[in-house]
Amino acid sequence: MVIDWLPSVLIVVLLALGVIGALRRVSLWRAGQPEKVNLIAGLLAMPGRYLKDLHHVVERDKYMSRTHVATGGGFVLSMVLVLVVHVFDVNEQIVAWALLGALLIMLTGAFFVFKRRLNPPARLSKGPWMRLPKTLMIYALTFIVLTLPAAGILPEGAGGVVLTAVLSVGVVIGLGELLFGMGWGGPMKHAFAGALHLAFHRRPERFGGGRSTGLKPVNLEGDVLGVAKPSDFKWNQLLGFDACVQCGKCQAMCPAFAAGQPLNPKKLIQDMVVGLAGGTDANYAGSPYPGKEVGNAKGGPDEIITAGLVSQETLWSCTTCRACVEECPMMIEHVDAIVDMRRFLTMEKGETPNKGSEVLENIIATDNPNGYAPSSRTNWAADQNLAVMKEKQEADVLFWVSDGAFDMRSQRILRAFVKLMKHANVDVAILGDEERDSGDVARRLGDDATFQSLAKRNLATLGQYKFKKIVTTDPHAYHCLRNEYGDFDTDGALAGVEVLHHTTFLNQLVQSGALKLDAFKGGKVTYHDPCYLGRYNGEYEAPRELLRSLGIEVAEMERSGFRSRCCGGGGGAPITDIPGERRIADMRMEDASETGAELVAVGCQQCTAMLEGVVEPRPEVKDISEILVDQLVEEVH
Amino acid sequence: MPHKVVSLISVGRHPQSGRSRRAEQDSRAVELGLKLAGTDLDVVHAGNTEEPTLRQYAGMGLPSVTVLEQDEKADAVESLQSYLQSEKVDIVLTGVRAESGESSGMTPYLLAESLGWPMVSRVADIVEVKDGEAQVLLALPRGQRRQVTVKLPFIASIDNAAQAARQSAFGPGLRAKMEAQQGSESVDEIRLNWEEVPAKARPKRLKVVKAKTAADRFKAATAKPQGGSGKVMKNESVEEKAKAIFDLLVEEKVIR
Ligand code: SF4
Ligand code: SF4
Repeated sequence: MVIDWLPSVLIVVLLALGVIGALRRVSLWRAGQPEKVNLIAGLLAMPGRYLKDLHHVVERDKYMSRTHVATGGGFVLSMVLVLVVHVFDVNEQIVAWALLGALLIMLTGAFFVFKRRLNPPARLSKGPWMRLPKTLMIYALTFIVLTLPAAGILPEGAGGVVLTAVLSVGVVIGLGELLFGMGWGGPMKHAFAGALHLAFHRRPERFGGGRSTGLKPVNLEGDVLGVAKPSDFKWNQLLGFDACVQCGKCQAMCPAFAAGQPLNPKKLIQDMVVGLAGGTDANYAGSPYPGKEVGNAKGGPDEIITAGLVSQETLWSCTTCRACVEECPMMIEHVDAIVDMRRFLTMEKGETPNKGSEVLENIIATDNPNGYAPSSRTNWAADQNLAVMKEKQEADVLFWVSDGAFDMRSQRILRAFVKLMKHANVDVAILGDEERDSGDVARRLGDDATFQSLAKRNLATLGQYKFKKIVTTDPHAYHCLRNEYGDFDTDGALAGVEVLHHTTFLNQLVQSGALKLDAFKGGKVTYHDPCYLGRYNGEYEAPRELLRSLGIEVAEMERSGFRSRCCGGGGGAPITDIPGERRIADMRMEDASETGAELVAVGCQQCTAMLEGVVEPRPEVKDISEILVDQLVEEVH
Repeated sequence: MPHKVVSLISVGRHPQSGRSRRAEQDSRAVELGLKLAGTDLDVVHAGNTEEPTLRQYAGMGLPSVTVLEQDEKADAVESLQSYLQSEKVDIVLTGVRAESGESSGMTPYLLAESLGWPMVSRVADIVEVKDGEAQVLLALPRGQRRQVTVKLPFIASIDNAAQAARQSAFGPGLRAKMEAQQGSESVDEIRLNWEEVPAKARPKRLKVVKAKTAADRFKAATAKPQGGSGKVMKNESVEEKAKAIFDLLVEEKVIR
């Protein structure tokens, strides 16, 4: 018959076009900065990462994970078999049957995608994404019919020219979406970019259940500090942006978005895609940055991002809470990108908004954000009879006090913790006036130069003394010491040292019987997971176990554990103070009030300050160490 | 014709930590200089090229800093004077006083004297420079301003009321060029014999407010001093003026 060959030719043509598009896409990523990855090992690890790590996240939504396995798996299998049957003309009925099976699985999957899209949740993008399930179904149906003769169900040439023509249109639509669209930036791009993103992820430690949350250091000798243009990102960061499926899970979790501040992590990633490919955001079909219209953003790989693509307020609205990263099925690293761009604004432009510049200047001149005399750092402990390392030289535990030392509210937490340690006879010492700001705020505000300087000086101090553990009540300092100082610890000041949050340490003391506690008799208690303790360090259990040991049954908030909502205090957000419609802290307090709790237990001085800043009536806010200290069993001798 | 503006900078000292930093007023002088001359501003320091605080000034967006290299023991005035004389300068901006060293506040006066230029002290802003004249706003207590017209060239010391300095950015600061020139070599002999000790806090004079109501107290706290005993002496002879000052110093027990 005359046009029998048409479908096969179309398959080959579309495949070729798809490959050309894909190569062009690869060249867009390569405009980024070099970053070493292990090509072979990455590619080999990719299927495992997809099946285990990515699906571990997608699994949180069972409906979607099954649908995706069916659709994606069905597609990959069927595509291979399509080539075998329809291009290489292998005439084995069994292969044709296998192809039919694969296509049916995919059709079923695509149908469920279609069903979800009938009434899609607000977080999902519309536009071409609405078309996707239909084109997927067209692909599956077309090839099912095309394969029937090979499977021996229909005679060869059944249906005549008309059917062949119809099927050819189906091939064009189906494969146009799947192959051509994959290479040329259609929704299916996610499969191709996503697979490579998994293979060449910048934080491979995250796979296999690992955690990698420390920011990467800036090379201070570089020509540009931080990211000014999309091409200043590492190439595999650009690749990562391209993997976004616009599912909006990040947007649904983002506290800044919920507060009506001009940030939407999904839109941000899409703007990065606009930047790397060049163009405008006119085709973006998802939720905007609150208060900002879609369609005005323009960018290109070599154009300054903050000059037309993304506004500065968007970048400064982020609390670096990592809720988006935790939720992203494609394992995209929003916080890295945001801080990279902040680095440019702070270290190259000197445009840290509001109090930012003042705070940074204070940190540089006094090693604390409020510009207090460094010699007054230990004033809070005047009556605490605490050993100082300078005199003691050696102790089991080094208590890292953090800048809470200057704040009267935080001092109550510090004193409570000291009292608990004394009760348990812990051999403890502090650095006293030798301690400096950990650099957390400076780093999140983009001033990596100051962070690095603080890290190095703190490490030099730490290196003079002997201790087995560092314990701190401040999750931010905890994160820096545990996850970020390692990059600068050339002399091994922290080698073999265990860095612990005070809740972890106190829990060890309670479990080992070193601390005796009475049962708690107050009302209902809920627990707020600090971002830098939970998502950044994976400590969800110790605080809860401590509360349980007081006989408290934690009334969990709807968003708790890895889904905990930020208090609004991270990432220097209270300093840059970008206006929104609501305050993040108020929303978090509402979460707490909804549980009916009378007391919110927290494990962070910053969270304490933010939540206590909410107007009354509201539940009381206490650090876990303050709750414990009230239940101490005083031993009478 | 663009005017040549020079801002003089020194190494500041943080009041709490005692650590070196860009000085408050000097960095305001740079800020004002940037407003007047943009990046054509010439920022000059007499001292050491390696001084890290210079990079904090440079981080305000200065492509380069001119350093008149000289020893710590040398007097800055001599180097600055010969530099200013050799360049065709229209406006020189300094702080009111340095935060380190002698901190006498004399530098602008000594420079003005040796160059024979007018010296305007405690400037809040320079509004306009035109036809060889500048409209200058002087800072008076309680946020008041006085506008004066000054002929170019002149020296101005910048008050804390001037526009605060912009943020210093690390990258540009690091990359700025330090353009070294030979400064003066003569040692400041007088200074050598001085001994520096930490200052004692001066006792504060108590203000007796006889107000009875809150409104009165508020008025007392905010009203500008009526200065009942003070007077403006304009037409008297120099001797009479000096006598008045002398009498006041005796009355205040500054000299006995
Ligand atoms: S960044 Fe991740 S979570 Fe956000 S829309 Fe894209 S894929 Fe979804
Ligand atoms: S880190 Fe938190 S605040 Fe920042 S974009 Fe992600 S979810 Fe939003």
